[in-house]
Amino acid sequence: MDTARLIYMANQIARNLAAQGEEVAIAATAQHLRDFWDPRMKAAILMADLGALHPIARSAVVQLATDTG
Amino acid sequence: MGYERPADFGTPAVQSDQSVTLTIDGRTVTVPTGTSVMRAAAECGGSIPSLCATDSVKAFGSCRMCLVEIDGRRGTPASCTTPVEPGMAVHTQTPLLQKLRKGLMELYISDHPLDCLTCSANNDCELQDTAAEVGLRDVRYGYTGANHLGLTTDSSNPYFDFDPSKCIACSRCVRACDEVQGTLALTISGRGFESKVSAGQSDDDFLSSECVSCGACVQACPTATLQEKEVKEIGKPERAVVTTCAYCGVGCTFRAELRGEQLVRMVPWKDGKANRGHSCVKGRFAWGYANHQDRILEPMIRDSIEQPWRIVSWDEALAYTAGKLKAIKAEHGPRALGGITSSRCTNEETFLVQKLVRSGFGSNNVDTCARVCHSPTGYGLKTTFGTSAGTQDFDSVMDADVIVVIGANPTDAHPVFASRMKRRLRQGAKLIVIDPRRIDLVRSPHIKAAHHLPLQPGTNVAVLTALAHVIVTEGLADEAFIRERCDWDEYQDWARFVSDERHSPEVLAAVTRVPAAELRAAARLYATGGNGAIYYGLGVTEHSQGSSTVMAIANLAMVTGNIGRRGVGVNPLRGQNNVQGACDMGSFPHELPGYRHISDTATRSLFEQDWGVPLDPEPGLRIPNMLDAALDGSFRAIYIQGEDILQSDPNTHHVAAGLKAMELVIVHDLFLNETASYAHVFLPGSTFLEKDGTFTNAERRIQLVRKVMEPANGKADWEITQELARAMGLAWAYTHPSEIMDEIARLTPSFAGVTFDKLDHEGSLQWPVNAAHPDGSPIMHVDGFARGPDGKGRGKFVVTDYIPTDERTGPRFPLLLTTGRILSQYNVGAQTRRTGNTVWHDEDLLEIHPTDAENRGIKSGDWVRLASRTGETTLRADVTDRVAPGVVYTTFHHPATQANVVTTEFSDWATNCPEYKVTAVQVAPSNGPTEWQESYASWSEKSRRITTSAAE
Repeated sequence: MDTARLIYMANQIARNLAAQGEEVAIAATAQHLRDFWDPRMKAAILMADLGALHPIARSAVVQLATDTG
Repeated sequence: MGYERPADFGTPAVQSDQSVTLTIDGRTVTVPTGTSVMRAAAECGGSIPSLCATDSVKAFGSCRMCLVEIDGRRGTPASCTTPVEPGMAVHTQTPLLQKLRKGLMELYISDHPLDCLTCSANNDCELQDTAAEVGLRDVRYGYTGANHLGLTTDSSNPYFDFDPSKCIACSRCVRACDEVQGTLALTISGRGFESKVSAGQSDDDFLSSECVSCGACVQACPTATLQEKEVKEIGKPERAVVTTCAYCGVGCTFRAELRGEQLVRMVPWKDGKANRGHSCVKGRFAWGYANHQDRILEPMIRDSIEQPWRIVSWDEALAYTAGKLKAIKAEHGPRALGGITSSRCTNEETFLVQKLVRSGFGSNNVDTCARVCHSPTGYGLKTTFGTSAGTQDFDSVMDADVIVVIGANPTDAHPVFASRMKRRLRQGAKLIVIDPRRIDLVRSPHIKAAHHLPLQPGTNVAVLTALAHVIVTEGLADEAFIRERCDWDEYQDWARFVSDERHSPEVLAAVTRVPAAELRAAARLYATGGNGAIYYGLGVTEHSQGSSTVMAIANLAMVTGNIGRRGVGVNPLRGQNNVQGACDMGSFPHELPGYRHISDTATRSLFEQDWGVPLDPEPGLRIPNMLDAALDGSFRAIYIQGEDILQSDPNTHHVAAGLKAMELVIVHDLFLNETASYAHVFLPGSTFLEKDGTFTNAERRIQLVRKVMEPANGKADWEITQELARAMGLAWAYTHPSEIMDEIARLTPSFAGVTFDKLDHEGSLQWPVNAAHPDGSPIMHVDGFARGPDGKGRGKFVVTDYIPTDERTGPRFPLLLTTGRILSQYNVGAQTRRTGNTVWHDEDLLEIHPTDAENRGIKSGDWVRLASRTGETTLRADVTDRVAPGVVYTTFHHPATQANVVTTEFSDWATNCPEYKVTAVQVAPSNGPTEWQESYASWSEKSRRITTSAAE
């Protein structure tokens, strides 16, 4: 998958959820990825450069990583 | 059924709690108070002769043919304009009445051609019938006096003729245009003997006039004056079948009238609850594509897209396709396969395609065109209200006091519903339009929007938040409703957010360009003007904040208490005939039918047990993700039913690259569409006239589609999908679509009570149809929001922050392009381009404001180059102030233009619905087609070659 595009998508989700407050937004972003992203998309974002992610998206991806352990 | 003229009660039905009992020719009849004597007579089986009365328009009382005698009353009143009274004794057939009627008829016939035997309305003419009823035997006046015979027929409209020499000046056509359609194009010009029907100014014919060719006048005409050309050519129909239109999401029902297998005309069905006897130019007239010469009737295959197509048998096509699918699955795994269901096909066909993908391909890579239109509606309304659908039926608009239209152009895209809305507006409801363009509704005959907020494209969330700001800070919120029906804590969080000064209309005007005073006035009107109903379209959803906008709309409805009763609500105007149904049927990669997430074990196991296969618990790829995955080699085969993603989806170059990267592209369609240029298998589809099934319209109304004729390609689409499934080894054995609906009902709680028999009996049903709502649900969220385990939860306020799109104008691309559709063409135009509708729109035009045009030296009709960061195309300019300075607009109906070469891949944050409505562009004068357009034209021609020789 095009990782740059996935990073853009994750950041866009995070920016739109950010107004709900950091903690809620992180959980909501992680849940959004769980609910709507195909496994290869999730796998690719887990491998991506976390530095390129919005702080909320970064924490969400970290949460997502714990799912798959 | 055989052919008989639909019953006509003469005057419209009246709604009343009280009733009146009277006698008519000795028969006792009870009718609602306010009913006309004419209608009462028709309801008890009587027939009063009439010419100017028909039940689609108000009584007019001009022909004097319907005179009656009433005991205790002097004279002979017209029954159409006389309301019933208790105890009235009416006589409809007396010697006096017979004499009067015969005398009137003589006058009519003295100025009417006596060519009944060769007339196209022979035996289907109300004038002829009335002459028979009154016993006309001779005409004492003779035929030599001044008359209107021999006038020239106006044949300018592609579908109907106007022959003024047969006109009896009953004005039914004029009133139908006024009352039913609401265009007010027709008029009676002149007075007395000079009275004649005119389509506008004296030099206008029907084509050049304001006429929108809805055909209401043709339907209302009692003679052959306004009649379909097809009737003239073919003759009177001999049988009729009631079915559902396959164009837009209004879902009009029609009586298809035929001779044998030949369709003669489509007549809107008066009992249709979506259209109430009305139609538009597409549904009534634009069905010629069904038997167009371009239609492909045999399966075709090819190993590579460079080769010409090879016609093969169904067996060979299905074996080839199944073999390839199985091989790809074996080598690359099930997640390398996917499909796209069609929002034009039936619920049953859509259900089968997603079932094939999930249970046969073994992946959840299934998506549908709602991805590019209303997927944000699904997400937004599910989050806030608990269901992914509109809250009202169409009838509800007649109880609305304030109508808000956001990012929708109903008179072009949902014309039949627009006529209902306009009727309500003429009755006095107030209108607020939020749209960058001055759409027709803003100002049209007898209609003027109270407020038009011409916002900058891409600022919907800012405008809606500013509206909420005014409502909350000015104390207009309906706190009683919110406390009772919504989560109070969530409301308070939201109210705090919107009340912030940075969300005031004055501050946000800098980005929205909407004058703050106008916005405040609109907010006050919506909050305090009585029943407020919001109608919205793709101008809401097709943005990078589409889902946020839908939620912001839901917030507005909740904060003002405008939900859960007639006349209010949140109403997405869905695009395609069955896009609501396609979504209901589990066409999204994360959801099983009935909007239940694939990861929900209980739901998944229900389907696993029924289908006898394990299902993948992980969500699949959405259309844009499929194209991305194709480019990295992890997605390799796609089955596309009735969808032209190359033309309809954004960034054509990217779509083409994705399709080209796939090993197997299966296109199942009526025509070799643009996507088929990249396909390896073509399975010929059937039209809506050729199959049984159901469509679900924008008001959740499930309606039967009935087979009118045999499929020209030999098979209905559901049969083709079933045969492909069987070729892949699945043991499907449906013998009729009703069995597929039984399976849907068995597995989907909101459809639990739906069967074909019940639909046939009731005419239609609005889901949910279940134990709690056995007769369906015209209005939703009445006692509670459809959230939580009991479906009676609380509405959820969601904070929606305005985040500008990343698509920005700049020095190189200073204008904003927004796209849409027009009345006569439909979507990618595959159907309407193959009909007479091209007379109104044979190319896409670029609307540009006079200031922007002048700065660039562009005049109307000039070729211009339209370029974005993604691509460029050329088309001709239409200089108009309908668009604001800085904004340009075009349609996407024609492949020669390919507006989507220009659109970008920015998309809604929650659903990836493309941002069609905002693209930064530059416009410059041009000499003709771009290099890309020329190469595409030659590629498109080459890729459609069909070899006539036998297989090598």
